[in-house]
Amino acid sequence: MSKLEDLLSKKILILDGAMGTMLQEYKFSEEDFRGRRFADWHLYLKGNNDLLSITQPHAIAEIHRKYFLAGADIVETNTFSANTIAMADYGMEELVYELNYESAKIAKQVALELTLETPEKPRFVAGAMGPTNKTASMSPDVNDPGYRAISFKQLFTAYKQQAKALIDGGVDILLVETVFDTLNAKAALFAIDELKEELNSNIPVMISGTITDASGRTLSGQTAEAFLISISHIPLLSVGFNCALGAKQLTPHLEVLARKSNFGVSAYPNAGLPNAFGEYDETPQEMAEQIREYLEKSLVNILGGCCGTTPAHIKAIAKIAEDYKPRILKDQLNPETV
Amino acid sequence: MTEFKALKLSGLEPLIITPESNFVNVGERTNMSGSKKFLRLIKEEKYEEALDIARNQVEEGAQIIDVNMDDGLVDGKEAMVKFLNLIVSEPDIARVPIMIDSSKWEIIEAGLQVVQGKCVVNSISLKEGEEEFIKHAKKVKRYGAAVIVMAFDEIGQADSYDRRIEIAKRSYQILVDKVKFPPEDIIFDLNIFPVATGMEEHRKNALDFIEATKWVKANLPHCSISGGVSNVSFSFRGNNPVREAMHSVFLYHAIKAGMNIGIVNPAMLEVYDNIPKDLLEHVEDVILDRRDDATERLLTFAETVTGSIKENKIDLSWREKSLQERITHAMVKGVDAYIIEDVEAARLEVAKPIEVIEGPLMTGMNVVGDLFGSGKMFLPQVVKSARVMKKAVAYLLPFIEAAKDGTTQSRAAGKILMATVKGDVHDIGKNIVSVVLGCNNYEIIDLGVMVPPEKIIEVAKTENVDAIGLSGLITPSLDEMVYLAKEMQRQNFTVPLLIGGATTSKAHTAVKIDPHYKNAVIHVNDASRAVNVVNDLLKESSSKKYLEAIKLDYDIFRTNFLKRSKVKDFLPIDVARENKYQINWKTSEIIRPNKLGIQVIEDFDLKKLEDFIDWTPFFRSWDLHGKYPAILSDEIVGEQASILFADGRELLHKIFDQKLLKAKAVFGLFEANAINNDDIELEYLKEGKAKKAVFRTLRQQLKKHEGKPNFALSDFIAPKESGIQDYIGCFCVSAGFGTQELAAKFEAEHDDYNSIMVKALADRLAEAFAEFLHKQVRTEDWGYAGDEHLSNEDLIKESYKGIRPAPGYPACPDHLEKLTIWEVLGVEETISVKLTDSLAMWPAASVSGYYFGNPEARYFGLGKIKSDQVKDFANRKEISVETAEKWLNPAIADQ
Repeated sequence: MSKLEDLLSKKILILDGAMGTMLQEYKFSEEDFRGRRFADWHLYLKGNNDLLSITQPHAIAEIHRKYFLAGADIVETNTFSANTIAMADYGMEELVYELNYESAKIAKQVALELTLETPEKPRFVAGAMGPTNKTASMSPDVNDPGYRAISFKQLFTAYKQQAKALIDGGVDILLVETVFDTLNAKAALFAIDELKEELNSNIPVMISGTITDASGRTLSGQTAEAFLISISHIPLLSVGFNCALGAKQLTPHLEVLARKSNFGVSAYPNAGLPNAFGEYDETPQEMAEQIREYLEKSLVNILGGCCGTTPAHIKAIAKIAEDYKPRILKDQLNPETV
Repeated sequence: MTEFKALKLSGLEPLIITPESNFVNVGERTNMSGSKKFLRLIKEEKYEEALDIARNQVEEGAQIIDVNMDDGLVDGKEAMVKFLNLIVSEPDIARVPIMIDSSKWEIIEAGLQVVQGKCVVNSISLKEGEEEFIKHAKKVKRYGAAVIVMAFDEIGQADSYDRRIEIAKRSYQILVDKVKFPPEDIIFDLNIFPVATGMEEHRKNALDFIEATKWVKANLPHCSISGGVSNVSFSFRGNNPVREAMHSVFLYHAIKAGMNIGIVNPAMLEVYDNIPKDLLEHVEDVILDRRDDATERLLTFAETVTGSIKENKIDLSWREKSLQERITHAMVKGVDAYIIEDVEAARLEVAKPIEVIEGPLMTGMNVVGDLFGSGKMFLPQVVKSARVMKKAVAYLLPFIEAAKDGTTQSRAAGKILMATVKGDVHDIGKNIVSVVLGCNNYEIIDLGVMVPPEKIIEVAKTENVDAIGLSGLITPSLDEMVYLAKEMQRQNFTVPLLIGGATTSKAHTAVKIDPHYKNAVIHVNDASRAVNVVNDLLKESSSKKYLEAIKLDYDIFRTNFLKRSKVKDFLPIDVARENKYQINWKTSEIIRPNKLGIQVIEDFDLKKLEDFIDWTPFFRSWDLHGKYPAILSDEIVGEQASILFADGRELLHKIFDQKLLKAKAVFGLFEANAINNDDIELEYLKEGKAKKAVFRTLRQQLKKHEGKPNFALSDFIAPKESGIQDYIGCFCVSAGFGTQELAAKFEAEHDDYNSIMVKALADRLAEAFAEFLHKQVRTEDWGYAGDEHLSNEDLIKESYKGIRPAPGYPACPDHLEKLTIWEVLGVEETISVKLTDSLAMWPAASVSGYYFGNPEARYFGLGKIKSDQVKDFANRKEISVETAEKWLNPAIADQ
């Protein structure tokens, strides 16, 4: 049993909050995004947050540090879109390895420093692997429902490259996240499983899906349980949900996972639902109070935040989680999962 | 012994197979090597029809569907990928897991790469040796699928008991020990071979399979057993009754032995207990190899068995039950085929015909009411139930009239007046509430649409009604409701006032209506709540308490609401104008329309709109909430939604085929420029003369965050002083011609279900028409988006360039500008769409609006505006401030 799996049955692990929300505060301009190295790049770069790991590495490190100091055990690398498919928008496919490798190194460096300061609270880094901006199960063209903008093989290739760079950069976990199309995630898992065999690595894998609306389904139409079944063929540290919904709306779906899964269960919801201006305005206290319901019901092993959350949210969540034991893991009797 | 591990599969929904599960039925008809029809359809590339086969199988109960594209003349890999891609786009099919069936590994792998759920691979085996077997098993595991393992090895196919268990055991050990394949994901196909072939060595084929199944279940933990059942009866091709009996008998014994999954055609299966005794005995002798002469005896006997045993596909067993049970069944299921017959039988049993209504029919309706109240029935079903009830009552009425002796009294629970207010034409929601209340024994007096307040007051008095329900969809209707509440107070009414309709809200009811009427005012926005609210209001025991609770609730709500709305900061209109949205007109892409001027489309072919329909609001109008298509497979409402969808599409196709509705449109593209900040001036031709018209737009006044502009639609048109010629368009489409007549026809047939349906469909068609026309304008008539390539989903999400805001909606809540559109396009003269007093469009299924083509144009919500802008607007438009206030009222912030 790895250190993480061991920890998982002892305490609720805290994941960090949103990277994008924190980056907005820096109000980086187009020039800041470009830095000196990409001053002459032929495409507009503002909004390519993952690039900041190269052009503004101190800001990224600072955000990681803030989250760790707020109580996070795990921070996510700044690599949500660092794959060849999403980076094509910026013409930066060639930079994908470097983006992941550097992002992993930045986060790992901060984690090591803080672990050294407080060895009783080891800090970990999860390599974030986002869903890409294309979907393998749905057609973008209504007149041709059989058409697909991306194939399993293309996704597999992109994910394998990303995972390799993250591992090389030193991450402790791979996190396949914000899964809106299970087939995309299956391509990621296929790539990771193959890579682990090739590298003889035992790196833990987390997966986190997204329930997109009140119907309780993923964008590609699966129920929470169907999603769980579709990704359970690879050993996982945890399975969970993030984004799209606030903590409250996520509860029924987490209950399904908690009841049916043999893996750890993770949740990192948004800070409520967006208001009329598209902003998330749930306060840390409000959010933590809603998360208390997860804890009362013993639904989770890993907790964090997605869109709109800040170190203050993570601090409030970490504080409340201290008072509770994690959900009991597999092999400990749970009739529905046998 | 460890506990059993379930075999878990998934499509959009889970399928979990445990020892307690019933036999799992795999649909076999989407199989090119098994179905001639499917083979033909794929060869002819008729994928739509091929999909129907898949859909039918799921509808008929297949829990997994097998897809096989093995045929010498077809590119199996391409066909597999294409068909699976199409299947996963159909939620009513994709909800079940898929079995990817091929003898070629490359076809299987291609299939695995396009399905998100956990599939079953059919199949792998030791036929090509251990190395190949392990290679494939590893891949299957990595793709996350379960697998069927054929009892086949390097030597050949297992055809005896010993060979079956030998291969199963070896395969299992390799998979579990070497590949670490989860044993619960292994399904053995132990080869079902024909019996009664006349050959001695085939006699034990069925029995060996059954015995081997027993052994595998006992010795190889967690795995499942499957097989293709129809093989067993191969020698009786052409004699379906015998084949059906053989399948049933075989399954009966195989399932007892542990077979839990099978490829079976449900239409080729007889219920074991229904097999005639003599046939059963002969078949069982063969399957279980009980007599040396079993085959000969069955062959002889088979000649006497002709015709299908089961001819009736529709289950009519409920017709055997008691009269009350039959009536209740008809109500609950919405079946009207036998209701007259049953009601007549009931009439003959009672003294007075009215007792049939008060007795059996009400008993049935009460069951419906209870089921609906507890969420076990959904709105469309209830409306169907009402159809049955109405037919029954219509049949009884002449008898009741004839029997009237002056003492018969109406025993309705209460009388409710329903009306869509003056100036408004929308009545789908009102009709639904009427039907549901009618089902609950309330007498409904429906005054229809565009009902003037005087008439409502008058009828309420003369009919002595117990409650009044008002409905409206457009914003001016809100004021009509306020007016009516004031009138009711002035005339000392005491009956409750119910408020409903798309623009109404609890906030508006509490803040604007409730203070004007001392008695109950309640916002009821869904039909299922309406019944409870009315029950509580009209029940003497609870009404007073309920009334007090409601008044208090609205009072608190109002106080909180007013408190909240005070914290908002507004900008004076001139400051808001300074913060307008800035387009750089020097670089902005402005395209001159290919066709300037006005065009009329008469008698448009509605069929073209089918792909443009956004179905989600259709379900919402029936109180079924959820996004299309996911709603069709929703755990709770999915079944109902699917039925409703099928009924809707059936009527839609009828409308298409018989041209029951007519669609027309008029639209125009004009030279235009923004003037005086918030106005848009355009030039158009009327009777050969160039004329000018001005659209007045409204500007957001709420104070924005730093850097966020205060939008007005005029920001998207180049201002005159820029010297750049810009353009604007406007349009009106209607799909509503004929709706009223068709709905009336259904109503005359006591068919509220289809009457409401036709209106809901007309609304959808009008929206689809607007979408269609917008696309045509973008890509052709204006032509600024010639290379556009968008899916229907993108259209619904409005991800195209340019916008088509509609007066009365968030960006321009002011309905007055419709008058300008009507003037410019000559809407009434060209396509006969009229405007009511409240500026609602008639026919109701119409959409009008503007076209803005600038790539930076976007939808926004105006929000609240202040009195300075109202005054300014009145000045610009040269109308009185009072008139402006009346029309802008819902958008004006409270003082």
